[in-house]
Amino acid sequence: MAQALTAALGHALRSDRDVLILGEDVGTTGGVFRITDGLQTEFGPDRVIDTPVAESGIAGAAFGMAVAGLRPVAEIQFLGFAYPAYDQIVSHISRIRTRSQHRFTAPLVIRIPYGAGIGAAEHHSESTEAIFAHTPGVKVVVPSTPADAAGLLLTAIADPDPVIFLEPIRSYRRVRGEVADPPRPVAFGEAAVRRSGTDLTLVAYGAMVPDTMDAADDLAVAGIEAEVLDLRTLVPLDYDTLLDSANRTGRVVLVQEGHRTCGFAAELAATIQEEALYSLLAPVTRVTGWDTVVPLRRAEHHYVPSPERIAAAGRAVMEA
Amino acid sequence: MHQVLQTDGTLRAAAPLDVSTTRQLYAAMVAARTYDHKGTTLQKQGRLATYASFLGQEACQIGATGPLRPDDWLVATYRDAGAMWAQGYPWVNLFLGRTGDERGGAAPPDVNVLPPSITVGAHMIHAVGLAWAEQYRGTDRVALTMFGDGATSEGDFHEAMNFAGVFGVPVIFLCQNNHYAISTPRHRQTAAETLAAKADGYGMPGRQVDGNDLFAVYDAVAAAVADARAGGGPTFIEAVTYRLSPHTTADDPGRYRPAAEEEEWRARDPLDRVRRYLEANGEWSPAWQDELEQAAAADVDAAITAAEQLEPLGAAAVFDAVFAEPTPQLLRQRNRAATDE
Repeated sequence: MAQALTAALGHALRSDRDVLILGEDVGTTGGVFRITDGLQTEFGPDRVIDTPVAESGIAGAAFGMAVAGLRPVAEIQFLGFAYPAYDQIVSHISRIRTRSQHRFTAPLVIRIPYGAGIGAAEHHSESTEAIFAHTPGVKVVVPSTPADAAGLLLTAIADPDPVIFLEPIRSYRRVRGEVADPPRPVAFGEAAVRRSGTDLTLVAYGAMVPDTMDAADDLAVAGIEAEVLDLRTLVPLDYDTLLDSANRTGRVVLVQEGHRTCGFAAELAATIQEEALYSLLAPVTRVTGWDTVVPLRRAEHHYVPSPERIAAAGRAVMEA
Repeated sequence: MHQVLQTDGTLRAAAPLDVSTTRQLYAAMVAARTYDHKGTTLQKQGRLATYASFLGQEACQIGATGPLRPDDWLVATYRDAGAMWAQGYPWVNLFLGRTGDERGGAAPPDVNVLPPSITVGAHMIHAVGLAWAEQYRGTDRVALTMFGDGATSEGDFHEAMNFAGVFGVPVIFLCQNNHYAISTPRHRQTAAETLAAKADGYGMPGRQVDGNDLFAVYDAVAAAVADARAGGGPTFIEAVTYRLSPHTTADDPGRYRPAAEEEEWRARDPLDRVRRYLEANGEWSPAWQDELEQAAAADVDAAITAAEQLEPLGAAAVFDAVFAEPTPQLLRQRNRAATDE
């Protein structure tokens, strides 16, 4: 997935001189995860910009650039470091279109690695995507495959509005797959059906998709055919695919790595009960991280949903 | 502290402007004050939500924008209506914003003025980004950002100054030190002797000027603009002035500052000073003053009428200005809102 993202960024920089990259260590070093590796050499330090260590400044400067008509792609090193930039996102980036009634816009992308799985220090394992989904005026993208990562990133850069682009850290090197050259854009608001099934629906996004697929395989061994939906974008949300699947199977398990209370799964559950209640054969269930600080490396497994927990939830829903 | 025009209207140094331009800028100061009085009055009548007056800061407002070109960027605050208007932002937009209507934020297509920043201090980095984009494209446009003494305590002030210094972007930071952030006095914002001294820490020039002196503000900003256009990078200017009005119409300055202090500053009124100068040069008369005030009042009255006559935004419009195209979330909510109503 890491290589797919690098290829997409290179393609975007090559295709449009208005595209710039800015962030901490994105230039000489190629980013802490090497996603921008080699890009400064190819495009120069004016287009792949190493900034001071200042997340609010990165977001705010990208905002000004975007208002002036450029297409900045900012990188924040970890989601746990993005909170200083949140004021710029919630107070300005997300609002300028409303505030100016379309006169000024902020077509920028903020790429942020998120999620657990690499056993780094505190603040390096957050999944707080719900905060952004709760913020009016920003789109929220969470890819799970290399082709989607590249294709959704190209769509994000071309989008006329600000996009928070969350990259699953543990999928960077672990998830492999073919990517077209150049990558093909992937539309926002279209969930992917990763596995067809008739007995229950498992809904996931980002880093939880591979684990959810594993859980579906486990369930299949027991004769339970799960449909797996990969939302790909939380904003905009593909209601049609979600509700269609819920209506067909009548059993839904929602999977998210983020904290449980007010997580994105809660929004999905509310929507399903509002619009598909009479098709349901069992209560809609969530498998989530907990309302705890994400535990450090040695206890992290207590927090992150595992294929076993997802499969167990699937079996419970079948028995309900 | 740089001063050109003294309180009595005499020059301490050569005037940076010819008499005809001085007359134009004086007319703009009169117009700005006319709008400002109207804003305070209309709020008291309940026709504006709140109003943040810039009374006493007109030399900053008009002196700062005087050296700009029409295509330069201005990123200012809720207290900078005079500067925004001088840079082409219509009075009607300013009134619309204050009546509580988002359409106030829609500057005309050829006016590069962002809607006023309501949060304190987060907007200076926007000017840095705008100026950076112009530098990247190889234009010679600059960005001017205006803010108060309180904003220099915000973390984003540091990040904006730092980015501007590191990347040498063509941006001018104009701090109107009006001595109070609502009630908090300047000495509670920083232990530094001057705000201008902060520029040193960012590797850019810092100047302190008399903010009630049209010529001093103009002079300093013009030099900073010329420098920025020529690739010389950013400048920080501290304009020392005083807010003669309350913070907003919801504020009572009697709780935090002595009336005698206000009187002291009233005697340094920025308009009086220019008027005395023009009068001494035979370029001011009471009849001309009346003419200016009447013309400004007519403009301002027409703007408030136009703002008040505009139908409020409909429910659909509320949903349709979030993104270029509403998301499925918003489309569903828009339908729900229509049903609920």
